[in-house]
Amino acid sequence: MGRYLIRRLLQTLVILWVISAITFFLFWITPANPALLICGKNCNTETIATVNANYGFDKPLIVQYGTYMKGLVNPGGREIGSEGSERTCAWPCFGESYQNGLPVWDSISDAFPATLWLATGAAVIWLFFGVMLGLLAALRKGKALDKFSVGLALFGVSFPTIVFGYLLLFLFIVKLQWIPFPDTANAALFEVGPVKWLQFYILPWITLALVFAALYTRLTRANMIDTMNEDYIRTARAKGLGEGTVIFKHGLRSALTPVVTIFGMDLGGLLGGAVITEQIFSITGLGKFAIDSVLGNDLPAIMGVVLFAAIFVVVANVIVDVLYAVIDPRVRLS
Amino acid sequence: MTESVTTTASSTAGTGKPFLELKDLQVHFPTDDGLVKAVNGLSFTLERGKTLGIVGESGSGKSVSSLAIMGLHKGSRAKVSGEIWLDGAELVGMSVPEIRRLRGQQVAMIFQDPLSAMHPFYRVGDQLVEAYRVHNEVPKAVAKKRAIDLLERVGIPSPDKRFYDYPHQFSGGMRQRAMIAMALMCDPQLLIADEPTTALDVTVQAQILDLMMDLQKEFNSAIVIITHDLGVVAQMAQDVVVMYGGRVVESGPVREIFYRPEMPYTWGLLGSIPRVNRGGDHRLKSIRGTPPSLINLPKGCPFQPRCDYQQYVEGHSCTGEVPELLQIGVEDHRVRCHIETEKRKQLFVEQIKPNL
Repeated sequence: MGRYLIRRLLQTLVILWVISAITFFLFWITPANPALLICGKNCNTETIATVNANYGFDKPLIVQYGTYMKGLVNPGGREIGSEGSERTCAWPCFGESYQNGLPVWDSISDAFPATLWLATGAAVIWLFFGVMLGLLAALRKGKALDKFSVGLALFGVSFPTIVFGYLLLFLFIVKLQWIPFPDTANAALFEVGPVKWLQFYILPWITLALVFAALYTRLTRANMIDTMNEDYIRTARAKGLGEGTVIFKHGLRSALTPVVTIFGMDLGGLLGGAVITEQIFSITGLGKFAIDSVLGNDLPAIMGVVLFAAIFVVVANVIVDVLYAVIDPRVRLS
Repeated sequence: MTESVTTTASSTAGTGKPFLELKDLQVHFPTDDGLVKAVNGLSFTLERGKTLGIVGESGSGKSVSSLAIMGLHKGSRAKVSGEIWLDGAELVGMSVPEIRRLRGQQVAMIFQDPLSAMHPFYRVGDQLVEAYRVHNEVPKAVAKKRAIDLLERVGIPSPDKRFYDYPHQFSGGMRQRAMIAMALMCDPQLLIADEPTTALDVTVQAQILDLMMDLQKEFNSAIVIITHDLGVVAQMAQDVVVMYGGRVVESGPVREIFYRPEMPYTWGLLGSIPRVNRGGDHRLKSIRGTPPSLINLPKGCPFQPRCDYQQYVEGHSCTGEVPELLQIGVEDHRVRCHIETEKRKQLFVEQIKPNL
């Protein structure tokens, strides 16, 4: 188990390194000229040459990559900036944004809490409703409740998030005015108090949770139906166990094993930013940061957000694998 | 239509009724393709300390009948009718909470495939403990001690360590032993073994059967053993019920069925046993055709489409009417066949016996 974990974490580092390399070199293939982006409107050949020299854009690509990686690996960070205004970019150094000159890591750590609340809150909602609806549907297979759940799930899966989100926003904020417009973007719980915080997040949560709740309903239903037909469920009944014990202890535990796997991956993926939902509700999370960076051809920012999101996905994978072995004793970690 | 196989004259003390009695049990499943008539009028009786073998090919209604005794069709779409009397209580009309108290406690079941019949996520020991604590309010330690005792009793080496193993860490034979131990946790009076040795190799099979017979002596339990292996029946049972298409086609004491069978299907079953002493140039015999569809049972005798002896029938039509299960001679030997008894005896002696 210990050796397995160490090996998996080392694998994780390799994967992250590959991702960083691919992103770095991909963006240098694009025709965008970073020096042009940095010097802004008052560009001439001379200033561009200065910028190139200062930022090291005139150096070979591999040297630039080395400098970049040094900032990520070296605990002391690295030197950054043009001649005369040199400064240390503290670890972890993703460089400075071409657009506003701020250290990318500062922007990421500012944007992350909003994404974290959005993703975890939505995860609680979709997990609760998805599993509950799926379970009820499986136990009432073929009955009205089952058909309702399956229909709802189909609706949820096929309704585009962008339409659903704007619909909620229009209905509850603009038309009914039950909820004030979320002008407190990036609201922190301790700053605004729980009521305002909830008001701000409730619609984004529902928007984000809809698709996942629908998928989890279907997944739970299908797994639960399969499980309840297993021989060991018949054995459990033959022992004289009550139906509640049969369903929850013997049935649901098996049925939820694949759900746990998917849940880890989904949440891990969302922690890197929920692009559409953040865009709709003007949440300044990682998703919005990613969009802005891409639109501005802001290489250090894009690199930063891609690597940061990748960390969650890769780590979620490791956690899920370990968790799977904890749930299902037949899975051996070695 | 009353059909019964009585084991011995001894009955449950006091009541005068047999310990287990099935009367005209019917189990039908409505499906999209039509009504599946899995069991059509099964009747037998069984006393404590005795073993009844139910024989028949796949889909003849063996397992479905046993699940009906456990009440495991309740809550599904299956339609169960008839009567099942166990120790003075009627089970078909019993509510689920009532029959739940009997499951595991008075009636226990050993399932065919112990790998899929045990929960893969729970330790073998915990599954045994669970079976005991449903019916007995005892501390975990007491139940654990009993589980270890029984694991030892069924021949699991170092049971105190194996208690903590998961089912997948057991071998096939050990899983089946653990399954038997689980069934015995509450000292059931009736043990239903649904093909208990089918998934096992023959050496382990013999051990398991010996074990079941030992335990039967010890606990004086009644055993219903469901199998398509006639060797198992010969070793274990005092009485045999041969099922075909959801009906009893022949029943009686095991010696009668093996030495004086009269129903052509039973002849086919006995004839299809491979024999090593017959020489190598004989083909393995089989009964031609396939088991009948339980949705559209053949008209008349259910075995009629596969029967090679219809030309010996006089005065009846094999395709017209279902033959009744009639007693012949002594000892409760009953046969469902249109051929006259004398003719059947003659056919068996002249055509069947020399080839067995």
